[in-house]
Amino acid sequence: MQLTERHQEYWRRNLRITAILLAIWFVVTFVIGYFARELSTFTVLGFPFSFYMGAQGSLIIYVLIIWYYAHYMNKLDNEYGVQEGEEQ
Amino acid sequence: MAAVQTQASFNQSLKKYYSFYTGGFIVFLIVLAILEQMGVPNRWIGYLFLFATIGLYAGIGIMSRTADVAEYYVAGRRVPAFFNGMATGADWMSAASFIGMAGTLYHTGYDGLAFIMGWTGGYCLVALFLAPYLRKFGQFTIPDFLGARYGGNIPRLIGVIAAIICSFTYVIAQIYGVGIITSRFTGLEFGVGVFVGLAGILVCSFLGGMRAVTWTQVAQYVILIIAYMIPPVWLAAKQTGVPVPQLVYGYQLQKVTEREKQLDADPREQEVRSIFKQKADAANAALKNPEAAYAEGKALAEKRLADLKAANAPADQIKKAEADAAVYKDLDSAKGQWNKDKGLAARAAPNRPHAEAFPGKDEKTRDTARLNFLALVFCLMVGTAALPHILMRYYTTPSVKEARQSVFWSLFFIFLLYFTAPALAVLVKYEVFHNLVGISFAQLPKWVAAWQHVDATLISLADINGDGIVQRAEIMIGGDIVVLATPEIAGLPYVISGLVAAGGLAAALSTADGLLLTIANALSHDVYYKMIDPNAPTTRRLSIAKGLLLVVALIAAYVTSLKPGDILFLVGAAFSLAASAFFPALVCGVFWKRANKAGAIIGMLAGLGVCMYYMYTRYPFFGVNMPFWYGINPISAGIFGIPAGFIGIIVGTYLTPAPNSSVQELVDHVRYPNLAGDIDTRAA
Repeated sequence: MQLTERHQEYWRRNLRITAILLAIWFVVTFVIGYFARELSTFTVLGFPFSFYMGAQGSLIIYVLIIWYYAHYMNKLDNEYGVQEGEEQ
Repeated sequence: MAAVQTQASFNQSLKKYYSFYTGGFIVFLIVLAILEQMGVPNRWIGYLFLFATIGLYAGIGIMSRTADVAEYYVAGRRVPAFFNGMATGADWMSAASFIGMAGTLYHTGYDGLAFIMGWTGGYCLVALFLAPYLRKFGQFTIPDFLGARYGGNIPRLIGVIAAIICSFTYVIAQIYGVGIITSRFTGLEFGVGVFVGLAGILVCSFLGGMRAVTWTQVAQYVILIIAYMIPPVWLAAKQTGVPVPQLVYGYQLQKVTEREKQLDADPREQEVRSIFKQKADAANAALKNPEAAYAEGKALAEKRLADLKAANAPADQIKKAEADAAVYKDLDSAKGQWNKDKGLAARAAPNRPHAEAFPGKDEKTRDTARLNFLALVFCLMVGTAALPHILMRYYTTPSVKEARQSVFWSLFFIFLLYFTAPALAVLVKYEVFHNLVGISFAQLPKWVAAWQHVDATLISLADINGDGIVQRAEIMIGGDIVVLATPEIAGLPYVISGLVAAGGLAAALSTADGLLLTIANALSHDVYYKMIDPNAPTTRRLSIAKGLLLVVALIAAYVTSLKPGDILFLVGAAFSLAASAFFPALVCGVFWKRANKAGAIIGMLAGLGVCMYYMYTRYPFFGVNMPFWYGINPISAGIFGIPAGFIGIIVGTYLTPAPNSSVQELVDHVRYPNLAGDIDTRAA
């Protein structure tokens, strides 16, 4: 079966959002983690910043990343007509 | 739960059932609390909790019995996103998360956050790389996908073997946790506790497979989250007046940090530490020349004992001298004592600063600590996105759309516990530093004696310098006690202790269920049905699946009763193994059309091989003890295994021809939730 240009575009947009969200994930986890000692000079809610990120901040961002991906892709499915039917 | 129901009304009735269930559970708690006030002994409350919850899981298990293959393997693919999220949460959060994690955080402070980040951030990878695509593929197991995508039985078989290795390592850790909790709260022996717990695991999964496991896991999630939340909320309210531990513990952390400095400067603390240091130094010296030290020590201890007896000294002094002399029974017993004393060096160290990232004496130690932190986070994350028992859960949703939402709900429900655990650790530390350190040994709170009685390795408090006051360095707290004893530390009634134990049990049982099912299904579905007898009738497939479940469970319980290795290492090992074996092959299977069979075989074997090699040659348990690469601990062996897996796939793929057009079609099929003229891969 041949994929149409629209299908290709759907996949490209999927790859793009995946890459963007993955980059956020990477920065939050590894870049902030790498500079944890340097980033603990100021406080948030009483925590040194890097402790806050490790214990709460990064977790909240992970939840948001997944929420946004689900939201974006479910909309993209409809936009490109590849959404599932209501058979279930 | 009739099959003719529509998805929407099914969802509605689920909500109704579980709301009633949660309400019922709260009423049960209140009734037990009243019983406690009326004077029912604690032991009875422990039994009531144990048997009521296991009975409940058994009830759900029996109600969900099934003879349908799709129901047995994937719960009929109609688990709504929200409930699949809860079930994944319970499936995911194991004894290690529930009991062990807050303890690890208590001891290691910032560095322990690797577990918090690793075990949540991995869901980003699940959401972005795997869940929706696996759901679209829509068969029963993870080896199914490898078999279909790469063709032939070899990738499938490697998948089966890898799934069994990592799930088995992991399930042993769970059954161990079940054994500990059952034996502590009922007084049964550990070995018996293991088999009682096993019965609890089997009643959930035996009759109904994935369907029964799913609905019990939802019930178990409700219990475990209620159990986890109550003690920290209470502690926060008690310490700060605000019952939201997650918001206020930053300020408590500041106070803990101040107190750490204050205690480090305290001369009495330093005195205790120098006593530990002397003992450790003496042991090290003795171990250098054991024969001479043994002869000398033996003569000295015996002479002292004889002198005391001759002088008619008080009985307790004689008893102590007898114990000292007993150490010199023979050379091996003396060596054993010295090896133990050597470990006291750790207790001679000052406080490990809780809030500081990668503490260390010089730049190099700090850099190695940072490298290990990041490597561990990476392995735990990739491992999360590769553990078959978790990925399997995303086969059970009704659609791709719901699979995506379901990853969100999964992480949301997991997040609730994970962002509370570091709070719990800090609040307990505050309590110990302020209300235990500095009091006199005559006024020790009751919970100390109670837990010492359960297991002396869990908490030890001895007046080392003989001043009658508790110093921080005189307290030795085992990690597991932090969660299990918090209700008593916080001064809550015993019913909450029972609840926490029931929560820990729910966490261990639910994970063990998911894992055992993964192993048994890999054998019954992938090996028996797909490779040995593809024409087997449904009834035979299911009886084989159930029989294997029983056999695997018994083997796992037997291995557990031998008490192998330490729990945290077993769990960490499972993540590194899964990450190295599965992640590259699964991700390339979806995102790289050119990836082919040879690549997958080489990649999976290379990943698994490198990871196992590093663990075998570096983990002290195996006794090889080669030097670490870049200082990386063996728990993070995946940091070498994962790249090896990717390189293996790339090399193998380019050495052999591209896969044929039907594979290309399969990849397109999983990439689009719905395609006109699409192929159908749904399994029956």
